Amino acid sequence: MGIQWNYPEFEVVRNDSRCIRCQVCARQCANEVHRYEAEIDAMISDESRCVNCQRCVSLCPTRALKIVKSDCRLRENANWNQDAIREIYKQAESGGVLLSSMGNPKPYPVYWDKILMNASQVTNPSIDPLREPMETRVSLGKKPSKVERDENGRLKCELSPQIQLSMPVMFSAMSYGSISYNAHLSLARAASELGVCWNTGEGGLHQDFYQYGAHTIVQVASGRFGVHKQYLEAGAAVEIKMGQGAKPGIGGHLPGAKVGPDVSRTRMIPEGSDAISPAPHHDIYSIEDLRQLVYSLKEATAYQKPVIVKVAAVHNIAAIASGIARSGADIIAIDGFRGGTGAAPTRIRDSVGIPIELALAAVDRRLRDEGIRNNVSLVVGGSVRSSADVVKAIALGADACYIATAAVLALGCHLCRTCQSGKCNWGIATQRPDLVKRLNPDIGSQRLINLMTAWNHEIKELMGGMGINSIEALRGNRLMLRGIGLNEKELQILGISHAGE
Amino acid sequence: MTCIDASGMDYAALNAAIRAHDGDIIIQNCMGQRFIGAGAQNHTIQIYGIPGNALGAYLDGATVEVFGNAQDAVGDTMNAGRIVIRGDIGDTAGYAMRGGRIYVHGNAGYRTGIHMKAYQDKLPVLVIGGRTGSFLGEYQAGGVIVVLGLDAVGERPIVSNFPCNGIHGGKLFLRSDCAEIAFPEQVTARPATPEDMAEIEEYLREFCALLDFDFDMLYASRYTVVTPDSQNPYQQMYVAN
Ligand code: SF4
Ligand code: SF4
Repeated sequence: MGIQWNYPEFEVVRNDSRCIRCQVCARQCANEVHRYEAEIDAMISDESRCVNCQRCVSLCPTRALKIVKSDCRLRENANWNQDAIREIYKQAESGGVLLSSMGNPKPYPVYWDKILMNASQVTNPSIDPLREPMETRVSLGKKPSKVERDENGRLKCELSPQIQLSMPVMFSAMSYGSISYNAHLSLARAASELGVCWNTGEGGLHQDFYQYGAHTIVQVASGRFGVHKQYLEAGAAVEIKMGQGAKPGIGGHLPGAKVGPDVSRTRMIPEGSDAISPAPHHDIYSIEDLRQLVYSLKEATAYQKPVIVKVAAVHNIAAIASGIARSGADIIAIDGFRGGTGAAPTRIRDSVGIPIELALAAVDRRLRDEGIRNNVSLVVGGSVRSSADVVKAIALGADACYIATAAVLALGCHLCRTCQSGKCNWGIATQRPDLVKRLNPDIGSQRLINLMTAWNHEIKELMGGMGINSIEALRGNRLMLRGIGLNEKELQILGISHAGE
Repeated sequence: MTCIDASGMDYAALNAAIRAHDGDIIIQNCMGQRFIGAGAQNHTIQIYGIPGNALGAYLDGATVEVFGNAQDAVGDTMNAGRIVIRGDIGDTAGYAMRGGRIYVHGNAGYRTGIHMKAYQDKLPVLVIGGRTGSFLGEYQAGGVIVVLGLDAVGERPIVSNFPCNGIHGGKLFLRSDCAEIAFPEQVTARPATPEDMAEIEEYLREFCALLDFDFDMLYASRYTVVTPDSQNPYQQMYVAN
């Protein structure tokens, strides 16, 4: 092999006058960057291993450490930027497919940030959520499109099964295997306490978490890991995973190294065996086939559970959603191209799919135009970062949002984007017992509850400002939105006017 | 014993009727109703006629017997129990099954036994009396697939194209020398040894007893055993970025 230019991406800057040689950094860094050299009584760093997860920085008792981007760079080039060149070096060396994690970091437009919300002035009163009732509860599932009565004129009140949520936000799918036991436990507890749902992802439900079933969405993916009758019956809903925003069109692959005894038991596969979920469900090549899986799940759960179909936001998403709405699914979940992941090929994560904002607007309009919007609820995810994003999503037509990256950030993730290594220093994307125990589920679940509670207050304030007192009245209310710096086409797809109009 | 006449019933009504009964059920005049026995645990269900797709999906201990052909997705994600088909079946039989046994008298379609898994004491077994279509045992992660080729007429090989792609666990037994079958690189195909045969003796006996085949003849035949070379077939493909 040739000479490698691999100057470390990050530099460890240690203020030696502050360093007390406590060696916390050395113990905390699973990437083994820091080491104490007794002979010279000094801390030494191997920066080439640093992933900039900020664990050592956060725990250094004297704030002696900082991690900075290295300024040893190749010559500036707007076309051949540093990453492009570095990636070529990596592939020339290894012959491997580039593998990344977390969501798409490239500077694509974030439409949430180009949408502004309305507020009441003079002619219609705003509502103060601290004094007046404000409804953030939502129920997800098929809604009747007309009032029906029986032969005696009495109302028919039977609804399709629904998921009840105290606020329009749920934790989206992250499998046990890709994240840790303590991360799952934190999510499950927080969801139960908040009255929302968390999602098992495709790796099954650990036996300890069946008690949180009423607030659990159980996922069924192409690999069908851990899927059996009790699992399907345990959850509040069953989600069929057709696709994921971070890697549309390809499947999942949990390397055997992460399949330890507990993960193996939950996925119901042998220890050390790769857990491969291929891109397609090999029994689904059409909406008809999808309908078959939807109804086989409904039959297996005696029509007690709503069925969600989750897809990635891709070019023809409106037509795809229309098909799903006719497949018998109760809820469609759409995941935008900025959605996170434990591991995805870089090229796919960074250049496949479309933004969730455009996908959502297109789908909501299409379903309305076709008169089938009430057949399904719409849940969107793929980088919902704040309560403002949630409110904008609902005004664009969503019934609820899925968050995952925001949730793991609340648990302590610092977005170092190396989940695939399995050495998450924050105890989230790892199965190493010494690292998993760093995430305290009492603290983790409390932080999730804090985040969601704060968002719920903000949602109420934002709605109150618009003079709206329920999610129901906000849903699809595009008059509450204006675009800023968007072109005609973008405004047309979003179905909103420009600011000033 | 409950007898249900399925003529004119849609699948939801038929399956609701099945769920409403415990114990043994006979379904007469079955005509393509789907999802029969989905998730069933304690029943014995005998079916006369032709059940529709996804027969015995998520089956969890029940016994299903079909006196006729069955369609696609027999035993999808089956966990335990037994399905016996006295005819041919369609595509994707035993998709992701993790336990239990499926015995088919005749032929099976495409993608038979894909994603089959095994776990602890759960070992799914799929025995096909006839031949199978393409993509047999794709992504197989565990369990045993046996293909007997008993209808052998003409020159058609015992399994069609592209068997065993992506396989990373489990074992296949093909009653053929497989000279004409192109296996992918990541598998080993070799003649079965007496030890291999001992592994499937019980299943073959049960298959023969249930479906009236000659065990001695079958057991004495030549088989090819196919196993994956690695539990981690894609390990070398990636570089961290
Ligand atoms: S990998 Fe994390 S803990 Fe280790 S040196 Fe870098 S920032 Fe610190
Ligand atoms: S989960 Fe852990 S490994 Fe993944 S980005 Fe966050 S801190 Fe890094």
